[in-house]
Amino acid sequence: MSILLWTYILVGLSFTLYIGIAIWSRAGSTKEFYVAGGGVSPLANGMATAADWMSAASFISMAGIISFAGYDGSVYLMGWTGGYVLLALLLAPYLRKFGKFTVPDFVGERYYSQTARVVAVICALFVSFTYVAGQMRGVGIVFSRFLEVDINTGVIIGMCIVFFYAVLGGMKGITYTQVAQYCVLIFAYMVPAIFISINLTGNPIPQLGMGGSLADGTYLLDKVDGLSAELGLAAYTEGKKSMIDIFCITAALMVGTAGLPHVIVRFFTVAKVKDARISAGYALVFIAILYTTAPALAVFGKYNLINAVGGKEGISYKDSPQWVKSWEKAGLIAWVDKNGDGKIQYAAGKALEGAVAFGTGTGSEGQREVTTKPTTDPNEIYVDNDIMVLANPEIAGLPNWVIALVAAGGLAAALSTAAGLLLVISSSVSHDLLKMNLMPDMSEKSELLAARISAAFAIVLAGYFGIYPPGFVASVVAFAFGLAASSFFPVIIMGIFSKRMNMQGAVAGMIVGLVFTLAYIIYFKFGDVLFGFPKEAIANDKFLFGISPEGIGTIGMILNFIISYVVSSVTPPPPQEVQDMVESIRFPRGAGDATH
Amino acid sequence: MENNKTMQQYWKKNISYVLVLMSIWFIVSYGFGILLVDSLNNIRLGGFKLGFWFAQQGSIYVFVILIFVYVWLMNKLDKEFDVDEK
Repeated sequence: MSILLWTYILVGLSFTLYIGIAIWSRAGSTKEFYVAGGGVSPLANGMATAADWMSAASFISMAGIISFAGYDGSVYLMGWTGGYVLLALLLAPYLRKFGKFTVPDFVGERYYSQTARVVAVICALFVSFTYVAGQMRGVGIVFSRFLEVDINTGVIIGMCIVFFYAVLGGMKGITYTQVAQYCVLIFAYMVPAIFISINLTGNPIPQLGMGGSLADGTYLLDKVDGLSAELGLAAYTEGKKSMIDIFCITAALMVGTAGLPHVIVRFFTVAKVKDARISAGYALVFIAILYTTAPALAVFGKYNLINAVGGKEGISYKDSPQWVKSWEKAGLIAWVDKNGDGKIQYAAGKALEGAVAFGTGTGSEGQREVTTKPTTDPNEIYVDNDIMVLANPEIAGLPNWVIALVAAGGLAAALSTAAGLLLVISSSVSHDLLKMNLMPDMSEKSELLAARISAAFAIVLAGYFGIYPPGFVASVVAFAFGLAASSFFPVIIMGIFSKRMNMQGAVAGMIVGLVFTLAYIIYFKFGDVLFGFPKEAIANDKFLFGISPEGIGTIGMILNFIISYVVSSVTPPPPQEVQDMVESIRFPRGAGDATH
Repeated sequence: MENNKTMQQYWKKNISYVLVLMSIWFIVSYGFGILLVDSLNNIRLGGFKLGFWFAQQGSIYVFVILIFVYVWLMNKLDKEFDVDEK
């Protein structure tokens, strides 16, 4: 059977499964809609959290990013897993005991202030929208690559599926579809990885194959270091970024993870405090399976790529492997024969100035014409990050159904994350803004209706961003994590661990943390476009202590902690009932159900 | 106030567990994986340089273990102080 037919079958089957689950798990109350009724088993919640967390970017792009960044790629591996330790030890059990529906709920009550609640709602909305736009785009891209439909059609199909189970089932529908989606995505990720590991190193476990040796007896990592040196690239196992930058980016990603509302809210869905702790553990196990495989795939991919293009000698385009040509056709590989020798040369530096664009003609060797201006660097080949996952089955010579499986896995990853984010958006609007703020007299039934309507509205908006992605989408991921790290995380931590922390301290801390982080990111990312700063003023060597915008959330967080502490110690302590509440969330007994 | 006193003890114990586990969390990732990576890279773990292994594999395994150890410790502590959920 052809790849296309297999893809239709597997994607069709997985979608039928998701819809089936959605119909079975319709939400009948706001409690079911917001927190799946509060009775999800810890294991199921762990799986759902893992699917919720691992986005299209984790599934499709991360291995490729690490493959090109080498050691520097570790920031994502440690950063996006280490946050779960913070969640399990510092946040999840206490927020579960607190037992409300949303993160703004906690901020609003702990700091006895509607202003604090509204600030939290705005942050939650901003973070979630930033994220969800990328997911819908991811759905469109997977569709267009594997099912030969236009990206926009793909986005619309994705919207319809998410609409079905998010609007109908709320958190309940989302949770159980995420469990199914996790199974699909992890299977799709592991199968090609295991085969490639066996091909290269003879070891079926990719995590071990990564440290294994090749057929000629040299260690794979040493070989890749050696090959990289020959090509003039940085050694794979050593980084280029400064240590302080690596440190700060890792910290910002870890703390940001622990402060992301769509992750935190998952811990409201279990029955007990005990369950919240253990389900963070399960979640990290399920995440770690993919996150320890990704760096292995990254090395395998790097080795295969260097070999495919003939290493230092280069290879004539005609003799290059078939997968190079088929992914060139798909637009993920491009070759410009800069020195006119008919050979592909892979070397340090970027091959092209900016994003790749193709003309309609063909070059002397039959390669696709590239209309993007080539750089003066010797590197002649452009390789998209996504190829390390997408092209794997083909590189390893795996059957067509495996390629189709990767498509279904990518869609599962994108859809599950999108759904989780949409729920945060809808509950922020219907619960935090309407019920708790503007229309407190709203009945249960109308709140549920409002939740469904805002979910539907959010899907349409997310789809719009997916079809017309704002140009800055790629660089705003730094915003999401920086914002969560510099605002939510310190406020929640101090809310739990310090009884003395009061509204004045928290609000001052959040404002300083947020403003500092936002200003830094905007200055360095968009300073030239928005304010016309000269390029030199926002160049990388002007970074404060050499910390890039991706890592500045760490400094924002530290500022937040300091300011909150100082301000709270010169202002009156919080009311007695708030202090009692803090006291009560520290002890598991009597957690009861998540309620209003 | 007796009750209050035992509760304080429970909380203190919890905090001390958290501090120990968070120190390990910090050492394996920020310590071994970042600050000490260059010196650890002189040591080999099979085909891996040790610092690189911690940064891309080892720290993640330790994170998982840390959470399960905390769960085990706290379940015991909850029972000991009779604050566990029925």
